[in-house]
Amino acid sequence: MSKQKKIAGGLFIGLTAFSAVLIIAVIVILLVVIIIGGKGTFSWEFLTSFPEDGMMKGGIFPAIYGTALLVLIMSVAAVPFGTITAIYLTEYAHEKSILAQTIRFAVRTLATVPSIIFGLFGLGFFIKFVGGGMDDAFLGGHLKWGQPNILWASLTMSLLTLPVVIVSVEEAIRTVPRELREASLALGATKWETIKRIVIPGSRSGIMTGTILAVSRGAGEVAPILFTGAAYYLATLPTSLSDQFMNLGYHIYIMATQSANVDQTLPIQFATTMVLLLLTFTLNLAAVIIRSRLRRKAK
Amino acid sequence: MDNPIENRGFVFTKESLRKKFRWSEFLSEKIITGVAFLSITIIILIFFFVFKESLPIFQTRKKEVAKVEHVQKQEQYGGESDKGQTNSSGQEQYGVTTKDTMMIENQARGADTVVHGSDQATFKSLTGKQWLPVSDNPRYGLIPLFVGTLKITLIAMLFAAPIAILAALFSASFAPYWMREIIKPAIELLAGFPSVVIGFFALMVMASFFQNIFGYDGRLNAFVGGVAMAMAAIPIIFTITEDALTAVPRTYTEASLALGATRWQTALFVTLPAATPGIFAAILLGVGRVFGETMIALMATGNAALISVNPFESVRTLAATIGAEMAEVVFGDTHYNVLFLIGSLLFIFNFSLNALAEFYVKGKLVKRFQGKQS
Repeated sequence: MSKQKKIAGGLFIGLTAFSAVLIIAVIVILLVVIIIGGKGTFSWEFLTSFPEDGMMKGGIFPAIYGTALLVLIMSVAAVPFGTITAIYLTEYAHEKSILAQTIRFAVRTLATVPSIIFGLFGLGFFIKFVGGGMDDAFLGGHLKWGQPNILWASLTMSLLTLPVVIVSVEEAIRTVPRELREASLALGATKWETIKRIVIPGSRSGIMTGTILAVSRGAGEVAPILFTGAAYYLATLPTSLSDQFMNLGYHIYIMATQSANVDQTLPIQFATTMVLLLLTFTLNLAAVIIRSRLRRKAK
Repeated sequence: MDNPIENRGFVFTKESLRKKFRWSEFLSEKIITGVAFLSITIIILIFFFVFKESLPIFQTRKKEVAKVEHVQKQEQYGGESDKGQTNSSGQEQYGVTTKDTMMIENQARGADTVVHGSDQATFKSLTGKQWLPVSDNPRYGLIPLFVGTLKITLIAMLFAAPIAILAALFSASFAPYWMREIIKPAIELLAGFPSVVIGFFALMVMASFFQNIFGYDGRLNAFVGGVAMAMAAIPIIFTITEDALTAVPRTYTEASLALGATRWQTALFVTLPAATPGIFAAILLGVGRVFGETMIALMATGNAALISVNPFESVRTLAATIGAEMAEVVFGDTHYNVLFLIGSLLFIFNFSLNALAEFYVKGKLVKRFQGKQS
């Protein structure tokens, strides 16, 4: 081979390596810049106190509380339904059946629908249709459920995270060895008993990964809750499902784009971003580790 | 029949061996199957409800054709005067909470003509070149929003596609095992970064950084937004491309290497072409991601609905328009309906991209690897 070709080859490999390094460099730079910017303001008080002086000072406790509540309600809705769908796809459906393929297609579509569309759907379906309907039926038109609140925001978010749960649980269920199922069935257990006693316990780590990933996604998404329940500032914590709530991601968005004095609150913004970034980063890291263990086990 | 079994005290007959009907089995299967339908139901409901809220536009049009023509003319005279004033900043006009808007909506329903008389979201107006939804004389031209979205998608893909594909090629063909074990999880972590964090990074750090390099006027513009969106699209393109590359049968690469090709020649001329349909799918899904991305667009693009080809000018994307204006809009208003129409368009576009990536590309990939390509 000619020398020129060798050089061209070296350059090409170098270019691909450079691209990979570039991506990782961007990730590291983003993390470092946000942490350096936020570390000065970050403290225990920052996490546990309320905003003060029209959000110019103080902490972000209500935003953390609201986010936690949001992902909790969201998980309660998304995890069971996601797990059951995954069980159907792996245990009941025939791989090639039209129904199973349609469901798979729907799940993948759901995963690629822009998050803002979920927000619109939450507004049109949950708030106006379900909430408005509930108000008309039970409260005689008195406005209680037909407006943005934490329940509708959480349910909207659970639709967004449903595919995340389904995919992880399905992957985990597939790692449960066939022999275990067959042994269970051979001993006289029924299909449902086998699923309950063998398949679900065997895929516990997958359900956990799915939940972690869903929580991380739900904690970080802002677009679906923009008009389904997130509030700019609340003096009290949400106490009922029909209350609005504050949210970390929404807090960042509002503080960075609409607050009265963006420069003055910059340290708070960086610290809030750092909290959200580290939260999702840790959750994702945990999921990656659990999942790589699971994959090694599958091999 | 045979005796040996009978001696032990129980008999297997055709009856006893038949699968027993159990309520628990029956119910669990039905419930699980029912829940599995949920995903399909949600997709249908999303389409139905998002589209339903945009329907009044078309109804108004049918009812008020004559009237609209009239108003359309008026609009052109008054159009020039408030061109510069309300450039996407008139949101304060709606300082009302949701409770109030609901009441306004009810009032508007009572006096139907109030709404219909002043708004003209006809087809003609939707294809207009101005997006001024909250001026006295509202115009809902979607062209600037489309131009903005396409521009930012193009910029984002110009960055994301080459970088992600080359990185995937490195990971799949050249990188030693230990390096791959770092690159892949790292990019998975990037996929987990909330878009609001990337948007914040773009707004506070990247915008100033690029301004120092290129020296343009507006800090926030399509370029900054596009680069930030590339960060959101890279993990998707990388992951799917990597999968497609590793799915290329080993026999392909082995044959190439055996014929004397070097590793980079094999990667560039054998592996990469064989995985083209997968890479195409990756790019389609990347486009879908950028097209619908809201928070980055809201925070980093400046949000002015301009029509221009200059990448250093501000843009307003379709998704960002929904995000910025839906909270302030009057329920049931034409503006509200137009925002839902934008949502329907986004949904249809995304759905088509996904379906295209799914059916066309997958079929092609399978055929190619099974050697059935003509």
